[in-house]
Amino acid sequence: MKFSIGQFRFWAIGLASVWLTLFVLFPNLLVILTSFLTRDPQATVSLPINADSYVRTLDLLYLRVLWDSLRMSLLAMIACLLIGYPFAMAIVSLPKRWQPVILFLVILPFWTNSLVRTYAIQFILGNQGIINKSLIGLGLIDKPMQLLYTQFAVILGLCYILLPFMVLPLYSALEKLDVRLHHAAKDLGAGPLSRFWHITVPLTSPGIVAGCLMVLLPAMGMFYISDLLGGAKNLLLGNVIKTQFLHTRDWPFGSAFSVILIVLLGFMLWLYFRASRFVSKQGGLNGSDF
Amino acid sequence: MNEPRALLNLNNLSKTYGANRVLDNFDLTIFDGEFFTLLGPSGCGKTTVLRMIAGLEDTDTGDIQLDGHNIGQVPAEKRPINTVFQSYALFPHMTVFDNVAFGLRMSGVAKEEIAPRVTEALEMVRLGDFAQRKPAQLSGGQQQRVAIARAVVNRPKLLLLDESLSALDYKLRQQMQIELKRLQRKLGITFVYVTHDQEEALSMSDRVVVMNKGKVQQLGTPREIYEQPANLFVAKFIGEINQLDGEIVEIDGNHEYEVRVEGLKWRLHAEHNFKVGDKVNVLLRPEDVRVEYIDDPHPDQYLVGEVVERNYKGKTLDSLIRLPSGIEVIASEFFDEDDPSFDYSLNQKVAIKWVPGWEVVLPHEV
Repeated sequence: MKFSIGQFRFWAIGLASVWLTLFVLFPNLLVILTSFLTRDPQATVSLPINADSYVRTLDLLYLRVLWDSLRMSLLAMIACLLIGYPFAMAIVSLPKRWQPVILFLVILPFWTNSLVRTYAIQFILGNQGIINKSLIGLGLIDKPMQLLYTQFAVILGLCYILLPFMVLPLYSALEKLDVRLHHAAKDLGAGPLSRFWHITVPLTSPGIVAGCLMVLLPAMGMFYISDLLGGAKNLLLGNVIKTQFLHTRDWPFGSAFSVILIVLLGFMLWLYFRASRFVSKQGGLNGSDF
Repeated sequence: MNEPRALLNLNNLSKTYGANRVLDNFDLTIFDGEFFTLLGPSGCGKTTVLRMIAGLEDTDTGDIQLDGHNIGQVPAEKRPINTVFQSYALFPHMTVFDNVAFGLRMSGVAKEEIAPRVTEALEMVRLGDFAQRKPAQLSGGQQQRVAIARAVVNRPKLLLLDESLSALDYKLRQQMQIELKRLQRKLGITFVYVTHDQEEALSMSDRVVVMNKGKVQQLGTPREIYEQPANLFVAKFIGEINQLDGEIVEIDGNHEYEVRVEGLKWRLHAEHNFKVGDKVNVLLRPEDVRVEYIDDPHPDQYLVGEVVERNYKGKTLDSLIRLPSGIEVIASEFFDEDDPSFDYSLNQKVAIKWVPGWEVVLPHEV
């Protein structure tokens, strides 16, 4: 018995390690290496090794893009949190047998390619889209509002695509929350709002941070959202990287941006681990029921 | 003694979950300053009563009066009542200090008053040095004491304790029983304790209500409940008891009866009114049963039985003795080193009697 468990462990960990080495570690090392090389019109990249690409990212134009995309992603994250938290609380308050159904509905849109869904948003927001047409039809406005190709459209698109990533970790955190702690808080004189701030929010903070990261991290790189909904002005960091690789063919520069994005995301993950350590999950309750 | 003042009145409480009636027209009065215990097997409704008093459970019918005010519609957070939960339910993300301070902060107690009161409460449960720990860093007994401090710091009119000691091991439980009792005397707060452990109920309470199937079986002091059980359920639930079948053969008046038990006639006392021919249960506590050598001279009549089992319990020797009718009687005797006739061997014939008047005679129940 021991032998087969050992063998299973060897293969499971071994395969995962090989996979991660080949398809995550190795490509990332290549990206880091490329970021220190020089652009070469013939061979894509060439020696010498230098940090020119990083120096070039300090250009005000790119810092502006970095700031813009961080801001749009943060706004999308906050919007997702404000929508996702009450939504997750509502799911948890449903009878147990309905919860999986609602969760299934939450992830159902994944069955359609997100690019297709982004095109759909484009149609909805466009000057001839359903919103503008209805408002004009109702006589509320004379000419179409500019909804598409605005920051609002990008944030809306990010929110729409990424909301499930906020809801799922929040749901799992809220679902684990012990109702007995609520009873105890109630017994000690805490009204509904106090219970929410002093019990629910702190105890679900790992879920909040996880959800925020799951929205914020991918949002920075979702170039097709800003391509389709943001027009030329509202760029995400992902757009810059894509342009450098596919259009300008400046791989070292694109790689440098990728490395910056990875470092940024790594920093946020570090924050997450700090936050989850802050809330010690065990203790305070023993197993028996009240 | 002053006339006890009623603090809490439960009138006609009922609760039904689906087809299960957990509480059936339940009435109860709890006096100011007493240690009151709700005792019963699991599912008897005792925890439901406690949760209704706390405000964590709705009542189907009936009302709850605290100090003469109806609090049935008052939400839990507004009742001057605090609970020590079975699971302790300490807030895992807060320090011990913040846990204890929680209730004071919620009720808007002035900031400079909070720290001294929390410290005082923690010292009282001897956890003064643990204020900055998280609950996860404490042992079960310490968590228990934090839960108590967190409740009493609010100076509630009523402190509810829900099986609060059941998660502790035997030794710690004994220690906490004494501590709780001492705390209750010191604070003068009315304690309402819920337990299924009859020993705990007897040793701590001023009064006990024994519940079964959502109904009161008996209400009284521990002594009344142990020595004069109102019915067979109470008799069997509170401690061990031997049950013999009997029949009333003669009424001597003034609650004295001639009762035939195991073929012999005994003159017994009973609180109930019986007619000649009534079937009765004669109940005997194991420690009230006397076992003696059969060849000793006996002035009184006795039953003859055969020792089928002997159990050395340290303090006592428990013998299982089978009567000719097949009924087995447990006798629990304290060791007496000076008594040569103390030790019996298996299969030995012995004489059984009991101190007249220590038996309990109840109407026959199956």
